This record gives sequence, C-alpha cells and structure tokens, in this order.
Amino acid sequence: MKNEVKIQEVNPSFTDRRSFLKISGLTMVGTGLLIAGCSNDDDGPAPNENQLPGVKNGKFDLGGGDFGVLTYAYALEQLEADFYTKVVNSSGFNTNFSIEERAVLTDLYNHEVIHREFFKAALTSALPNASTQLLPTLAFNYGTLNFSNRTQVLATAKALEDTGVAAYNGAGKIITNPDYLVLAGKIVSVEARHASAIRSLINPNSKDFAGDDIINSSTGLDAARNPSVILGEVGRLGFITTPFTAKYLI
Amino acid sequence: MNILKFIESFANDNLMLSKGSRRDSFGQLGQLGKGLALASVPFGLSALTNKAFAANGTAAAATNTPIGALQLALTLEYLENEFYAMALESGVVPASENGGRDRKVFEQISAHESDHVAFLIAGLGGSGSANFVPKPTFDFTVGGAFDPFHDYPTFLALAQAFEDTGVRAYKGQAGNLITQPELLTAALQIHSVEARHASEVRRLRGQKGWIVGNDRGGLPEAAQAIYDGEQNTTQAGFNTASVSNGSAGPAIPAGAGSEAFDEPITGDQAVAIASLFIV
Repeated sequence: MKNEVKIQEVNPSFTDRRSFLKISGLTMVGTGLLIAGCSNDDDGPAPNENQLPGVKNGKFDLGGGDFGVLTYAYALEQLEADFYTKVVNSSGFNTNFSIEERAVLTDLYNHEVIHREFFKAALTSALPNASTQLLPTLAFNYGTLNFSNRTQVLATAKALEDTGVAAYNGAGKIITNPDYLVLAGKIVSVEARHASAIRSLINPNSKDFAGDDIINSSTGLDAARNPSVILGEVGRLGFITTPFTAKYLI
Repeated sequence: MNILKFIESFANDNLMLSKGSRRDSFGQLGQLGKGLALASVPFGLSALTNKAFAANGTAAAATNTPIGALQLALTLEYLENEFYAMALESGVVPASENGGRDRKVFEQISAHESDHVAFLIAGLGGSGSANFVPKPTFDFTVGGAFDPFHDYPTFLALAQAFEDTGVRAYKGQAGNLITQPELLTAALQIHSVEARHASEVRRLRGQKGWIVGNDRGGLPEAAQAIYDGEQNTTQAGFNTASVSNGSAGPAIPAGAGSEAFDEPITGDQAVAIASLFIV
C-alpha cells in the first residue's frame, strides 16, 4: 500500500481520490494494476484528451487509440457475458440442452464474465480518470429471443462468437501498445475456440467448425472487420439498449 | 475404428510410450521443455534453428522482425500442411464413422493449411525472394517413435499438439508485426483459424476446445512443454481465477481463469517444438 500512496502523490492522474480508492480496493492484486496504469502514464505520450472515452454531447463515446479499442472490447464482452448469463439462468437450460451443450455454454459463460471483469479492471486501472472515462454497465434487451430455445441460443452464440473473432482481428492493427496487443491475442483465440465449438454443436458432422461461410476458402483467412463495421452489425442486432458513440474508431 | 477402443487408448498416458524408443524420443521433447522453462536456450538449439530455416542462415536471428515472424509461421504451416496431406493420403483418418466427421474435419483443416502456406510464401515475396524459406524435410515418426499415419489416436494427438502450438506461436509473433498493420491483420486471421482447428481437434479427442490449466489432455508427459505456461491466471495484474458474477449467475470456478486466456510462446520455443519433427 505504501507504493500506491507514493504513486498517487506524484501522479496527477490519480488526484481523484475516489477513483484511486476504488482501484486499490479492487482485488488483492490492485497494486500491480495501479503500477501498470501509472507507468503507462509516465512513459507514454500524453493521450489526446479529446479521444479519451467519456460522455460527449450527452452520450458515452468509446474514445480512440488504445483506450478506445479496449473500451470497444469491453462493450462487446459485456454483451457476451450478459447473453451467456441469461442462457445459463434460463428455465429451460437443464431440459432443452444436452449435457455436452450445457458444459460448453457454462464454460462460455465463465470465460465471457471473466473477460468482462478483466477489461473493467484493466481500464479502471489504466484510464487517467476512470470515474468519468470507464464505460458504464450497458443495458440489454433481446426482444423475442427465447433463452430456453436451443436453436435460437446456439444461433445467437454463433453470431456473437464469430463477431467477436472478427472484431478482435480487425482491431489488432489499431493497438499501439504491444502488451495490449498480446492481451487481445490471448482473448481472441479463446473466442475462436468458442466459435468453433458452437458451430460444431450446431452441425457436428461437418466442416462448419471452420466453415467456408466464415473462413475464406482461397486464402484460409478468418474474418477481420473494423470497429465501425462491427458496431453497425451489433447495432442492428438491437441487443444493446444503452446509447453510445464511437467517433474515433475506424 | 472401434470407438470404445479409441477412448480406452486415451484413458492413460501410455499412448506412444509402449516402446522404449518412444519414451526416449518424447524424453527429448521433455529436455527441451525443461531448458526453455529455465529461460535458457538449450544446447544445440541454434543448430536446430538453422535446420528450420535452412535457406537463410540469418533467419534465426531475424525471428523478432516482421520477416522473421512470417518465416517462422511458414515453417510451422509447412509442417502442418504436410502432416495433414500425408494423413489424408495414408487413409488413417476414418472416412465414414460419425457421419464422416473426422474425414470432413481434416480435409477442411488440410485445405486451410495449404492456403496458409501459399499465402505466406506470397507474403514473403514468392519462392524467388531472398526472404523465402523452403520446406524442411519432416519426419512425423520422429525416428520411428510414432506411427501417426497408421495409428489414428497418435495422429489425433499430434494434430492437437500442432494446432495448440500454432495458436501459441502466432500469438507470440503478434508483437513483431505491430509495425506492419496488414501483415499483423493477416497473421491474426490465420491465428484464429488455427484456434478454431485446435478446438475441433481437441473436441474430437474428447477434450474441451480450450486449454484447462497446463493440462496436456492425455498427451505423453514429455509433450508438457506445449502446455507449460497456459495455467497463467495473472493478466495485466488482474487475477482471472477469482472472478465473481455476484448474484447475477452461477459461481465462476477458479479454473476458468486460465481457460479464458491463451498464452503465447516465443519464436525459439516454437522452433524447438517444430524441430523435433524436422530431419
């Protein structure tokens, strides 16, 4: 704790005492998070204030640069985590899904909640002023989606996982900090493992786990789409009801 | 293939260890793994590295560059491509059981690896380029220790090892491509295909599609080097093994923390693994 106090005193980014306390109280490893965030401030160029995440013109904007990409990923992980939470909580989960399907969906629930909480902690630590720059908890509405319906759930899971893979693949080139790039890489391959498993559950005796509908059959490359494209697709799904903007992401 | 026999063969770690020579050869992998775990380059690794990059004596030193990253990727893709092509030709992959699933899966994986080889050769400027590295000579039996083209469980085990290694190796090269946005994106696009492959191969073997801790999933102990480090639960200082979803949903088991993140390996680690199969 002594280190944290010292860092707080010399770093103007942590003059907001409330956000500092929130960070240090996060977990037992709060010290590591705090130091990581501070060294970023000390070493790197000052982030462009205009491109930091935060409310602009009444709506939260995801921001630009590395913080923008991390906040964008946090938004997508919030959606995935919320979706699988509703899946495992659904009244038909134990009756309408096979043992194998329940095992896979429960693992996906675990992983996506962990991803969401990871981004929340990492951003809270790294943002200069998390109290105003951390993306709030988003609200969701899935319309007529029946979370007890196997076909609907698996189809939606497939769409979300494939979208997640394309999103991380497309956002990698925007990331400037190599540590963040590796972190995104650590997550995207797990999303791809998920996508493969869900596709395999939907159509087991097939090549759909890495089907020609998603992997280019002449280059062998997976999908990669820019944040603006992904956000348009996610917007059309209509699941996220909290309005936000992404003015600085390509 | 008798599916019960197939499952039974994975009930213990003795797969591929039934002969003394097999134990010896996987022991070699274990030795390399130990050396790497101590962060020291094992004696003789530089010679192995030269074998992997036979056409260009400086490639090993260039691994931490965009070109070096592509050369490493091409070498790994050569390995996977030849492995699957030989397997499909050998008939070791069951053609009709499980609705023909196995055959369909490996035909698709094989097609992708072939595409990746062509893509990476083009990315290096073609086979006439100074950056081009030719295909090494592979021995997937590792001197007769393995029989992947006659024994399907052995083939599946090696396929899992190659795919999980590939995922880790591409991830380890991402930082080397950060200055080359187009190459980085392409590498990421291959990386996620390898992860899709890995998931399906693991599931064919009755494993989860994702890596649990540093569990080698029934592979022989000496294959542990491929999974060492995957048990990491500290990501940017955050403890992934102590996450709660509060009252919103079921408790998150600690073990899910390492499953949720795949870990990279260095170029040297990837070369060391691949070199076991290079003559």
